[in-house]
Amino acid sequence: MPVAVSTDARRSVLSGALLGLGVAGFVDETVFHQLLHWHHFYDKSTPAAGLVSDGVFHAFSWVATVAALFLLADLRRRAAFERRSWWGGLLAGAGAFQLYDGTVQHKLLRLHQIRYDVDITPYDWAWNVIAVALLAAGVTLLLRARRR
Amino acid sequence: MILLALAYAAGMLAVHRKGSWWPTERAACWMAGVIAASVAGHGPLAAAAHHDPDAHMVAHLLLGMIAPLLLVLGAPVTLALRALPVRAARRLSRLLRSRPVRALTHPVTAAVLNAGGLWLIYLTDLHRAGGLVPWHILASGYLFTAAIVGVDPAPHRPGRVVRAAALIGFLAAHGILAKHLNSPLMYYGGDAVDLVLISLFCREWYRAADPHGPRTRRIPATRPPRVPWRLPDELRTAPAPSTPSGPSRSAAGPGQPIRATPANR
Repeated sequence: MPVAVSTDARRSVLSGALLGLGVAGFVDETVFHQLLHWHHFYDKSTPAAGLVSDGVFHAFSWVATVAALFLLADLRRRAAFERRSWWGGLLAGAGAFQLYDGTVQHKLLRLHQIRYDVDITPYDWAWNVIAVALLAAGVTLLLRARRR
Repeated sequence: MILLALAYAAGMLAVHRKGSWWPTERAACWMAGVIAASVAGHGPLAAAAHHDPDAHMVAHLLLGMIAPLLLVLGAPVTLALRALPVRAARRLSRLLRSRPVRALTHPVTAAVLNAGGLWLIYLTDLHRAGGLVPWHILASGYLFTAAIVGVDPAPHRPGRVVRAAALIGFLAAHGILAKHLNSPLMYYGGDAVDLVLISLFCREWYRAADPHGPRTRRIPATRPPRVPWRLPDELRTAPAPSTPSGPSRSAAGPGQPIRATPANR
């Protein structure tokens, strides 16, 4: 049975998802690049496709973060904020970014690895399992928000 | 550079002579932009930029991103249109509507000119050259910033989706170049300035989407009345229900934020 989803609910999901993308990108940047120094700023062996993918994703997630907060302010201004949809979108967005980063960017495009000079397998598994868990939690929340 | 500052001051003088008003903060932005560009081009920073890569990048960020943003916020075209005699102003507005200027100020053209110019300059050692190169960096930075978040009249400016795409494209090109040059300073410095650019871009949407906001956002020709700053409606909470005389939240309807009346807006 089709369930009508209001524009405001969709906008709540959009705001959450964009912020999720941005937060995942931000955590990746601050924790792994800046604090732990596990990731390299620029690995000389990075192929061009990896650099381009990283550049576009970084730019998009930066814009997404700010846009998400303005969308959130607009939803609050109109008292149209839907908590469940927003959190669902946030978790799903963060999970999707993490999964893309962990599979396509790290492995397929070999942008950089999670850590260097260690056995990378457990790190890769942890990274992507967390990503799938976030994504699953987000989608579950979204489905529940839809049913209500 | 001094000419740019003098021309703006002359424009302000002309506007005041006509009995009109021009916001001081716009003038402050323009002058700050002129100073930022001058600091990048002359003096100790410019001298250090020749041998120190970090100083070079600071100068580059000042000239290519910070100065253009400040100059754009100075709204020089609006000022010129108000300062010039009617005939000259009409000619200027016709020029701004002309096909070549429209093509040049299109966000995609401006982004390509700006980012493409940077790539060319840094991959060919042109950045060591003086002459017109700094002017190209400043001018293309200005064109791009104006195309994305400009406050001056732009009758043919495309919609927000095109502008957002051009913005993301430029940010990506700038970030990729920074990584290619292995310059974290250019990368994160660019991100910091971009944060301001993105916020201005989103704020424009946020204001336009306000159902209670004014229709247009032109720079007023007379000094607007002073309105004391107040917390936005959605952040204001009604007094606790225990106060017997104060208005309770239920007066505005359940779950509804208290809306401003036109009088106190």
